[in-house]
Amino acid sequence: MSLPANYAPEFDASDHSPARPNRLRIWATMLRISIEERLVYRGDFALGTLMRFLPLLTQVFMWSAIFYAVRRADGASTIAGFTYEEMIAYYLLTQVSRAFSSMPGLASVIALQIRNGEIKKYLIQPVDLIGFLLLSRIAHKLVYYVVAAGPFALVFYLCRDYFSGWPDATTILAFLASLVMAFIMGFFMEATLGLLGFWLLEVSSLLFIYMLFTFFFSGHMFPIDMLDGLPWHLGTIVRAIPLQYLAYFPAAVFLGKIQGADLAWGLGLQLFWTVTFIVLCRVTFNLGVRRYSGYGG
Amino acid sequence: MRDIATGTMGESGSPFRPSYGKVFFTFARNSLVRDMTFRSNFIIESITSLSWMAMNLAYYILIYQFTVSIAGWSKMEYFLFLATTLFVNAIVQALFMPNCEEFSELIRTGGLDFALLKPIDTQFLVSLHKINWSSLWGALFAAGLMGYALWFLPEMPGPVAFLLYPFYLACGVAIMYSLMISLAATSVWLGRNQTLYDFWFYITNFSRYPLEIYRGAVGDPIRVLFTFIIPVLIVVNVPARLLAKPLDGQNWPLAVFALFATAASLWLSRLVFTKAMRSYRSASS
Repeated sequence: MSLPANYAPEFDASDHSPARPNRLRIWATMLRISIEERLVYRGDFALGTLMRFLPLLTQVFMWSAIFYAVRRADGASTIAGFTYEEMIAYYLLTQVSRAFSSMPGLASVIALQIRNGEIKKYLIQPVDLIGFLLLSRIAHKLVYYVVAAGPFALVFYLCRDYFSGWPDATTILAFLASLVMAFIMGFFMEATLGLLGFWLLEVSSLLFIYMLFTFFFSGHMFPIDMLDGLPWHLGTIVRAIPLQYLAYFPAAVFLGKIQGADLAWGLGLQLFWTVTFIVLCRVTFNLGVRRYSGYGG
Repeated sequence: MRDIATGTMGESGSPFRPSYGKVFFTFARNSLVRDMTFRSNFIIESITSLSWMAMNLAYYILIYQFTVSIAGWSKMEYFLFLATTLFVNAIVQALFMPNCEEFSELIRTGGLDFALLKPIDTQFLVSLHKINWSSLWGALFAAGLMGYALWFLPEMPGPVAFLLYPFYLACGVAIMYSLMISLAATSVWLGRNQTLYDFWFYITNFSRYPLEIYRGAVGDPIRVLFTFIIPVLIVVNVPARLLAKPLDGQNWPLAVFALFATAASLWLSRLVFTKAMRSYRSASS
């Protein structure tokens, strides 16, 4: 068997002691493999990115019609504290939040690998499953941002009138921090769900419920401020559960809806939830692996 | 020679003609038997499909907390619109969605060979061989919502509207089906077709809103595009308006056009399907 020209053994052959693989190098390799894998289907990917903005277009028209009706009926120009421009800006920004926090296919792939035994390969190699998945997800996202930057910039440029200028530096920093945390939180939340596959044979219905709740209560479908006046303290409950950090929170931060002490508090809570899910994911994984038994080759 | 798309035999073949009605009935029966074999799965699927509908409804209930109308549609009128959307979705999902998805997969894996060999129209076979019974709960939900909305509507629509409604609902389903099977058939050329579902979702997304909302410099071209070129705006709007806005003068030209759009969509999708089958090269070994 001939080796490719750029073949570099992971273990140094000249060193007779069983070399320890350089962890950083393993991670770099995993990242590179994942990026390359992602780029294979870049055409499919670019098309998907462009398509993602289509529902936004219908939202613009829908909300325009709603605000028009509200203005005509009782002269009000805001709905749940949002002006029409803010509402559209909000939907645009949740696209950004979701670009960070959504993890399509993550949980189902983990559950599938547990079920069909593919997970064994991570358990016997010096490769950490969660670490590998995280890196491949980062790679996925990096490629996505590169491919999506164009369409995103175009859409935001076309919709610039919906924004009242750039927010101040603090807001932008807070926005970026909340996006990064949204990514980490989204990843570990979904990974934990997927790891439940160690106990449940089929997690797809659980995932569906998660998706449904995320869609509705993360602020992806509408700003959760709209729930505030509803009975059973629905607004309060939805604000208490962590889903809002996946879509609503970053967008509301950017729009300047959350400022000062509220902002610091919000970021603190998001950090709390993020750490919670990292720990939860680790614990679930360790418990799951202890439970797992693999047979056959 | 056997015509690969239609599955009928030429002069040299036997004059065998399958009974499509019976075959469809067998498909439906087998699917039901299969669903009932995995009962808990069926129940879970039913619950998820119903909760999705409930969420949809809840969203509009929420919006109508803040407004009395959207683009001239009052709450109850809009519920009729929503019910129509849910009807169309339920039927498409029950009959065609699982099949079209599998069709793409059959093309990719080469499994389509077996479908092509069967002495029946291939399009019929791949479009209908599996029926997703749990999606039909959606139709029941839609019927309930429709009954509720009609009850509270200030004026009951006339008998003509009620007669035409199912017919135009069927037209809507036919348009959706045409779009879906055409998209699925493109797998022959594109190979991998993961974005098929996304594409379908994004295109049909335009159909879920009253056409009045598409106004202005961008809205007008969109309305024209999705009415006349890819007629998805017809799908829900025409039947829903018959019930919700029976006196609207715009209805009749649109209703007549819908007939033409349905026929054209079906014909075009057949064309795409046949063309795709001619380009199909088996992927099996």
